[in-house]
Amino acid sequence: MTRSRCCSNYTRSSLFRSAAARAGDGLPSIEPGMPVPAGTGLTRRGFIAGAAGLALAVYAAGKTPLPLFEDGIAQAAQSDRVIVSIFLDGGADTMSLLAPVGHARYHELRPVLALGEGEGTPFSEDPSLHWHPAATGISQLHAEGKVTVFPAVGYDDANQSHFTSRHFWEVGELDTDARTGWMGRYLDLVGSNDNPLQGLSLSNTLAPALATRDKPVAAVEGVTDYDLWSWVDEPVSDEMFKSFKRMGSMKSESPALRDSRRAIRSTNIIRESLASFGEFEAPVVYPDARLGQQLSGLAALLGAGMPLRCVSVTADGAYDTHSAQKEELDGAIKATSDSILAFQRDLEARGLQDRVLVQVWSEFGRRPEENGSAGTDHGAAGVSLLIGSRASGRMVGEFPGLVNLDADDNLRHTSDFRAMYCSLLEQWMGHDAAPIIPGASRFARPTLLKP
Amino acid sequence: MATKAGRSSRKFKIYRRRRWVDGGDGVVHLRTRSIRRRRGQKPPRKDPGPRPLPRAQKPRHPARPQPFGVYRGPFGRLEATRLLNRAGFGPAPGQAEKLARMGLRKAVLSLTRPKGQAKLIGPDPVDGEGLALAPYDSWGHDHLWWLDRMVRTNQPFKERMALVFHDWFATSNASVSQQRQMIDQYWTLRAGAYGTFDDLVLKITRDPAMLQWLNGGENNKWSPNENYARELMELFTLGADRGAYTENDVREAARALTGWRYDWDDDLGAINFRYDPEFHDDDPKTIFGKKGGWGWKDVCRLCVTHRLHASFFVDKLWSYFVPAAPSKGTRQALIRLYLKNGRRILPVVEAILQHPDFYRGPPMVKPPVVFNASLLRALGLPIQTDAWTWLGDGAGQQLFLPPNVAGWDDERWLDTSTVRARWLMVTYALDSRHHDAWDDSYRERESTREAVNRALARLGWPALRSDHQNELVAMADRIPAYVKDDWQRRPYLAMRQNALLQLIASSPDFQLS
Repeated sequence: MTRSRCCSNYTRSSLFRSAAARAGDGLPSIEPGMPVPAGTGLTRRGFIAGAAGLALAVYAAGKTPLPLFEDGIAQAAQSDRVIVSIFLDGGADTMSLLAPVGHARYHELRPVLALGEGEGTPFSEDPSLHWHPAATGISQLHAEGKVTVFPAVGYDDANQSHFTSRHFWEVGELDTDARTGWMGRYLDLVGSNDNPLQGLSLSNTLAPALATRDKPVAAVEGVTDYDLWSWVDEPVSDEMFKSFKRMGSMKSESPALRDSRRAIRSTNIIRESLASFGEFEAPVVYPDARLGQQLSGLAALLGAGMPLRCVSVTADGAYDTHSAQKEELDGAIKATSDSILAFQRDLEARGLQDRVLVQVWSEFGRRPEENGSAGTDHGAAGVSLLIGSRASGRMVGEFPGLVNLDADDNLRHTSDFRAMYCSLLEQWMGHDAAPIIPGASRFARPTLLKP
Repeated sequence: MATKAGRSSRKFKIYRRRRWVDGGDGVVHLRTRSIRRRRGQKPPRKDPGPRPLPRAQKPRHPARPQPFGVYRGPFGRLEATRLLNRAGFGPAPGQAEKLARMGLRKAVLSLTRPKGQAKLIGPDPVDGEGLALAPYDSWGHDHLWWLDRMVRTNQPFKERMALVFHDWFATSNASVSQQRQMIDQYWTLRAGAYGTFDDLVLKITRDPAMLQWLNGGENNKWSPNENYARELMELFTLGADRGAYTENDVREAARALTGWRYDWDDDLGAINFRYDPEFHDDDPKTIFGKKGGWGWKDVCRLCVTHRLHASFFVDKLWSYFVPAAPSKGTRQALIRLYLKNGRRILPVVEAILQHPDFYRGPPMVKPPVVFNASLLRALGLPIQTDAWTWLGDGAGQQLFLPPNVAGWDDERWLDTSTVRARWLMVTYALDSRHHDAWDDSYRERESTREAVNRALARLGWPALRSDHQNELVAMADRIPAYVKDDWQRRPYLAMRQNALLQLIASSPDFQLS
């Protein structure tokens, strides 16, 4: 048995403690602005959300009649578009996901890792590329015209540190000092002061791309079992949670206390919102992958009219494949691809397909030339995908080929991730990119959606 | 005690009077004083009366970064608690008072240079079924094993430094064959604080767990693997994006680090770690502009003698103990101290633990495992459940399983998911310390004040901020109004006690250090 090894599953890091490596330093120390505590003057109301048949507990103004409230949710459900950002953690070898089998030097650079003769489905927009054999879910969606491919997305002078490059992608600029995420800045402009669900990490830590300056956002690993158990029952527990919630909005003199209060406040709001969000039936079968389970919960939340706008989730698999790449990557691609297909089918079954766009990204692609451990080292440009019924289905930029590599022998990029963000903001979220992505005017605006 | 009052005489009588004295540090003591009264005069009141609530802590803005030096302010129970929270795992009941009596310098040295062998005090840890832990073999038992050491040790600083270096040289079980190899590495890290950083880097570079985790064991002259070389510079010794090294330095250092290898056993995984000159690339390499036939020891030396290493080391070490960056002068002084001592680690730590910023600067969030251990220490609880492993994971910190090679992100411990896990840690800790509400056993007819005092006592008298204490008192005050029928009294008052325990331990007072 061989085991895949990697420098790790990369998330953000305490690298940021280093005074010099400032990438994202301070993201946690966001000024909260201390808005009026969410839920003030609101009452918890339980009702069954019609379409999904789900028991929900939500917060609303005390005297709002429930039917009106349900109408309000129904309206929000029709208007708000949702972006779901799926992160391939560790720098995915997208030259395996979309393998350049028809390109000169492919077999020379990948003697061990190259796809076999005739393996994988040809990519219809450029048959010199083949989808990985395990990526049938994504290739099927592409055949339906629901996948927009960026075959080589990146930025100039690609940084090969996981942490720095990932940080750039998260904050939407090449600034190691940036403190807010690109989706977080969008939420700061359009979000509500009282709805942490508008920016939701499906994980046990907040995705930095969602870090806001002052609007509440949330992290929830499981949507069905979010409760705070204790040795206290009603009615005493009601008083206990009132007090706990108040600790979330008292005065703070230090960043640590402020962070603590913000987290306590949001925890209480999420607890109230999800308290009775129990088991649900998914209309389609999901693969037995963590991503699949999370996306199925997400579809149920959307189906129940939960007011989400930006969602972040990390895909299954360790993508930092320095050695024994094939074993790890085959499973990871399959789990991710199958989960995304099931999610799309779920949205279609629920009639939500026109409201949701999935964006798949990784901090960098890997080096075209494999290393001696049947793995690949850190590279530069990689593949990003936009998936959804509204996606244009037309690739953005070309595959740059393997002959003319950059100075570090890495793939050159043919599109910029910030151009993707600008177009996403303007075409999908309907907001000017200029106040969100620094230097937005410098970037192209590729067409991402169907006319 | 009776010196001032003198002795009873024909004219005077000496009375012993007991009264409550608030130390201002979260604890109210019963003090006895002798009082002289003229015979025939009314004697003083004997009964000290009900115990008052401790005076709460007034919120105070933390001081800005101070110049380098030794903290000269008061060193009482509150300061000793901070020292124990940051250089150890929080106080066991009475421990902060004991430390405070030593004064700052002796208190710090009692932690950093303890006498004798470390001992684990109290009952051995067991899993949820009452069986002994199997840290080498059972998943998650490695976490429990170390958590137990944090809770029971009489030399907590050693465990805390091991945790610092576990984060610094973060290695994960995720890519290591055996938990035993992680625990072997733990002993190396634990001893690390008592030597030079040079030595620690050398030992880590050849550490079997690390050789697996960062592919050092697969890095050979035929197919160099850059993984370890890059993280050695970026995360362990120099830092990224500060001009300390180039991509070429990474590639050359990778070649210089070649030679380590191991065998693969289908049952045991990676075994027989060794240096094999046949696997080493002998050709000259240029690292940081210096050309030579460098080997693995040279790479370590070149990194720690790099002109940008000492500043990296000091910043990183400081950040484990003090949340705000040091002043320029402090930073320079610590760099000098580090270099003057031949890159020995302990003198720098001891200087940080005595620095004014440590005591007067802002609070920091306890890492989840520190919070967990401090909770168990305060309650005097042994390890009796496997739940601590998944709760640690949920709170964002499972030992021996850091999220990546950069370790845990100490600036992002708290969010809606991890706060929930911390809340549940309290719930689990109270499993054997809460009052059963429904078996009619809670017979206390306590006042609000008695109820709050009882909960504080059970948690070792943590000092509360006034806004929190007022909130708790108000909450406790509201409960009796819910008692409409006699049968409700005992359950509701028991639950009030449980709610107070839960809230105190979940409050920022207990979460921050």
